[in-house]
Amino acid sequence: MNKSLFLGTVAAVTLTAGMGMADTLAEVKARGELNCGVNTGLAGFAAPDASGNWTGFDVAICKAVAAAVLGDPAKVKYVPTTGQTRFTALASGEVDVLARNSTWTFSRDTDLKLDFVGVNYFDGQGFMVSKDLGVTSAKELDGATVCIQTGTTTELNLADFFQANNMSYQPVNIDSNAEGEQQYMAGACDAYTTDASGLAATRAAFADPENHIILPEIISKEPLGPAVRHGDSNWGDIVRWTLYALIAAEEYGITSKNLEELAKSSQNPEVQRLLGTTDDLGAMIGLDKEWARRAIAASGNYGEIFAANIGEQTPIGLARGLNAQWTQGGLQYAMPFR
Amino acid sequence: MAYVSAPAEPPFRLSMLIYDRRYRSLTFQVIVFILVMAVAWWLVDNTITNLSAMGKDFNFGFLFQRAGYDIPQTLIPYTANDTHFRAAVIGLLNTLLVSILGCIAATVLGVAVGVARLSNNWLFARLMTVYVEIFRNMPLLLWILIIYAIFTEVLPPPNAYRGDDPAASMILFDSVALTNRYTSIPTLAMTNDPGSLDLGARVTINWATISFIVAILGGLYVRRLIGNWAQSIQNATGSRPTTWWMSLAVMTIPSIILIFFFGLHLVPPELKGFNFTGGINVQNSLVALWLALTLYTGAFIAEIVRAGILAVSKGQSEAAFALGMRPKRTMNLVILPQALRVIVPPLISQYLNLMKNSSLAIAVGYMDLRGTLGGTTLNQTGRELESMVLMMATYLVLSLIISAGMNIFNSRVKLKER
Amino acid sequence: MSDTHAQTVSFVRETMIEASPPPEKQAGAVKWLRENLFSGPVNTALTLLAILAIWFLINHFWNWVAHSVWNANSLNECRQIIRDTWGEGSTGACWAVIRERWNQYTFGFYPMDLYWRPTMSFGLLFVALAPVLFSESRKIRRIVLAVAAVVTLASMIQLNAPTPWLIFAAIVLIGGLIISERNNSWLLVFSLLYPFLGVWWLWGGSLWGPIMVIVGPVLGYIAWKLLGRISPILASVGMIGVTLFWWLALAGRAARDAENILSLAITPVNSDRFGGFLLSTTIGIAAIAISLPLGIVLALARRSDMFLVKSLAVMFIEFIRGVPLITLLFVASLLLNYFLPPGTNFDIILRVIIMVTIFAAAYMAEVIRGGLAALPKGQYEAADALGLDYWKAQRLIILPQALKISIPGIVSTFIGMFKDTTLVTFVGLYDPLKSMSDAVRASTAWKGIYWEPYIFVGAIFFIICFGMSRYSMYLERRLQRDHR
Repeated sequence: MNKSLFLGTVAAVTLTAGMGMADTLAEVKARGELNCGVNTGLAGFAAPDASGNWTGFDVAICKAVAAAVLGDPAKVKYVPTTGQTRFTALASGEVDVLARNSTWTFSRDTDLKLDFVGVNYFDGQGFMVSKDLGVTSAKELDGATVCIQTGTTTELNLADFFQANNMSYQPVNIDSNAEGEQQYMAGACDAYTTDASGLAATRAAFADPENHIILPEIISKEPLGPAVRHGDSNWGDIVRWTLYALIAAEEYGITSKNLEELAKSSQNPEVQRLLGTTDDLGAMIGLDKEWARRAIAASGNYGEIFAANIGEQTPIGLARGLNAQWTQGGLQYAMPFR
Repeated sequence: MAYVSAPAEPPFRLSMLIYDRRYRSLTFQVIVFILVMAVAWWLVDNTITNLSAMGKDFNFGFLFQRAGYDIPQTLIPYTANDTHFRAAVIGLLNTLLVSILGCIAATVLGVAVGVARLSNNWLFARLMTVYVEIFRNMPLLLWILIIYAIFTEVLPPPNAYRGDDPAASMILFDSVALTNRYTSIPTLAMTNDPGSLDLGARVTINWATISFIVAILGGLYVRRLIGNWAQSIQNATGSRPTTWWMSLAVMTIPSIILIFFFGLHLVPPELKGFNFTGGINVQNSLVALWLALTLYTGAFIAEIVRAGILAVSKGQSEAAFALGMRPKRTMNLVILPQALRVIVPPLISQYLNLMKNSSLAIAVGYMDLRGTLGGTTLNQTGRELESMVLMMATYLVLSLIISAGMNIFNSRVKLKER
Repeated sequence: MSDTHAQTVSFVRETMIEASPPPEKQAGAVKWLRENLFSGPVNTALTLLAILAIWFLINHFWNWVAHSVWNANSLNECRQIIRDTWGEGSTGACWAVIRERWNQYTFGFYPMDLYWRPTMSFGLLFVALAPVLFSESRKIRRIVLAVAAVVTLASMIQLNAPTPWLIFAAIVLIGGLIISERNNSWLLVFSLLYPFLGVWWLWGGSLWGPIMVIVGPVLGYIAWKLLGRISPILASVGMIGVTLFWWLALAGRAARDAENILSLAITPVNSDRFGGFLLSTTIGIAAIAISLPLGIVLALARRSDMFLVKSLAVMFIEFIRGVPLITLLFVASLLLNYFLPPGTNFDIILRVIIMVTIFAAAYMAEVIRGGLAALPKGQYEAADALGLDYWKAQRLIILPQALKISIPGIVSTFIGMFKDTTLVTFVGLYDPLKSMSDAVRASTAWKGIYWEPYIFVGAIFFIICFGMSRYSMYLERRLQRDHR
């Protein structure tokens, strides 16, 4: 009898599974839920709290997409993925969007058959060391032991960096950020390397952040952004333009607070188009008129999301830097909504 | 002369495929075969469809691309510029290293504990029981994590050895440094280095190593000759000449001569820069994994050994004593051969488990086969299917080799029953 | 009579001499110590070694355990309390983390207002197990069921379970207790229904889904009965055909339609909400329940005379036993989607359960094969001599004995598998040991707490596994029918 339950469940599950990988939008709408691949736990970017509610910078992207497509930012199923499982989860259709601080690289975009739709955080790889080590530059790390997360681009960058500078090092491979912190705090490695944002997040959570410094060298470009499966351009467009809507909203001063008011009163044609008061941009990507309005309402514009999760007022304390609007000297630049 | 002729074979009817026992199993097998083939075809077809939908193919070319990542501990030379294939081989060697070390240590520990549990020392036997029950009833992953955490949290960082009044000091005559990164042990050095034999693929063996192996093997051979000679004297005259000093001499003297010839000496590790250099740094991930596997598997082996010894009935040793055998010979000739027959098969399956459990290296970042081929390589190249297939096949071959060994042993010690 | 001696012997003792106490060294504690601890130089050394080891453990850990803090909201607060109470520089255990995160360790991210559902499922599990596991002793059964009833109902009240469900649980628990007193095997009906009910309670959704799954075999049985009048071959084909057709083509739609007519739905809970010991036990129990029958089938197949069946079974068993479980889990998480039709995507927990199950089944098959091989050949011959066919012989003569011999092996396979459920952490599920502890440590309040979560989780695993192994030893003794 137990066996027949087993067969029955498999059969039932196979039945209910959506068919047709090509049309992700229809699939998500039919399911009524967005499957979003996130980090298993990186403070500020994606982490569950004690009751399993996910918050963070990457999580906000998931919420915005869910709000745009399904009309409800809460209709997201968060799938925690490790560095090892994330791309397979996307390729196999287990998740619809991968918002898990993943670096946009050539081979991932082409060979791994992913489509990166934009960059939500311009990052670079750095090193954190303890102050009493007396090191001020990454070039002085010859012979050091370095903690490194396996399965990331940082692992390759690290090897390249030390080779290019003709230095040696001993890697300590770790599986998760939590483990890296433990090793680093115990002195099992001299330096901890990962994306500078991650370092800042980690350092902020220490009991004595002032005793640790992040070395000035940024040894790589790490443009982090959400990715979708290769081959469904329409779905890619939706995620891409949801991200741009958030960025553009900040540029035009649309916040979650003044959203409704601006939708009624704004005279700026671009704002009107974005919020769906005049043109129907949504129809072009298979959504309704107010998709962007809902996406912005979900957790605010790009600036608000940044400030709430990883900005200077939070324990993570990241400055906008490269991630400021292009009008402020940063790189965040939304393509025109027209 | 009327004899009954055999009843004629009934003509074949289709329903006999079901009702006739002779045909039924055939029918059943054909159905099973068709079903299995159908499922296999379905799986392969799905895989092909899925791969082509993703624009991927199935080839192992990626194995010969540059790996680009570093591995902390390798048995043969490796740099980030080597291929993924070499990285996989490094991983396999690391798996074998920790498995073999673990099997040896677990056997020693398990036999000791198994015997100790039968000891009539009340306190000691109870203590061993507690050890066995605690380790058998908690997940291995827990032990790996705890032991690794103890290494990381309790041992001093290399920094603690620095300065005029260091917080930590090296042990064993200043030759071994325990740190929370690695255990630094002295390395062997030679003043007259004879050079190395190149085996290709940048794998080398020092001539000194080869000569030591030859010396020891030769010593073993000569020792056997001495034994035969002593035996023949004993057979002829009835008294056996004392030979132990001869055996000892042929076993040790050549090695001692070689040590002086090559000028072999130990170089203790030294703290230079961030880390100890000059010695061999055995990563804690290896030591912790090895210890955890040893303690965990040792508990199981202890139970096997205990059961094996208990399985030999008391009458056997009593009979041996009645024949006038001394206790040592009783143990060697009567008890052990019978106990081993019970002990060895489950022991080997414990070895198998240990080898498979070594894949939990993932928890401490030890780069075994799963860490290189099934971890970083898989992830950097995105070749899940190929990497997983290759990795599982490797594990399977290792297991099959071990179980083939077990089968040979079993058939050799099998009771010849009639 | 005593008078007769009076003339011949001067003194005859007429009462027994009082037994004099043994020499000081041969009695009481001293004798015991001499015999058990200090009987020789080796033994004395071992004793001293053991005392040294115990002293070392106590010396290092006593203070830490003695200075336990159960009430604190963060690690810093906890350390502060320890400093204040036992002085500067003293160390202590912060069990407060267990207290604060107890729910998370037990239920993972399961919705808090629905905690009563897993609790109820777990409590009723004992009723379902009663006819299978506790059939041997009425006393044990009574104790187990009574304790399960009290604890389950108390915790359900504590967790604010809705009254109808409370009444339902009470009826099943108390009814189970009463029925098991009268006729234990009647409870088997509940045991058979439990897997479906358990799935429904844990995952929620509509009851019609599980009902429609059960309907499949029922329809198959009806088809078999009807067609059996025409031809037995047609009957078997019809039974399998009807069942499969129902499951694959109609069950889903039927469940949806039935739901629309009469809603039997409770709040659905997604798999990603499972975690902690709820996840471990769900995977463990499901895999145990399925792997045993699967293992029996595999073992029989491996001992079958049919070459093809036998070689398939050998290949399957040796393949599964030859690779580490962790690679199978990676197959479940990375590769399974390659092997299934495009777009199929089923639950990761289900995938993991399947993998753990077939892993355990392969080991189980070997254990049972050992039991089958250990049976004297006479038993097989006796079954043949009685004219029993293959299945009857297996069911009535061979398997009951073989399974009984295999109990220790079966239980240790269960224990091994339950311990292995912690490995699901590597495919991103929240097991109690690693992922959950990492999640706890990821919060600022409990950053840097290592030992307490490990020890807590380890202790729970120890209790469960040790209990299982002891119960199997008891069962083994109890089931021993041969008298030695």
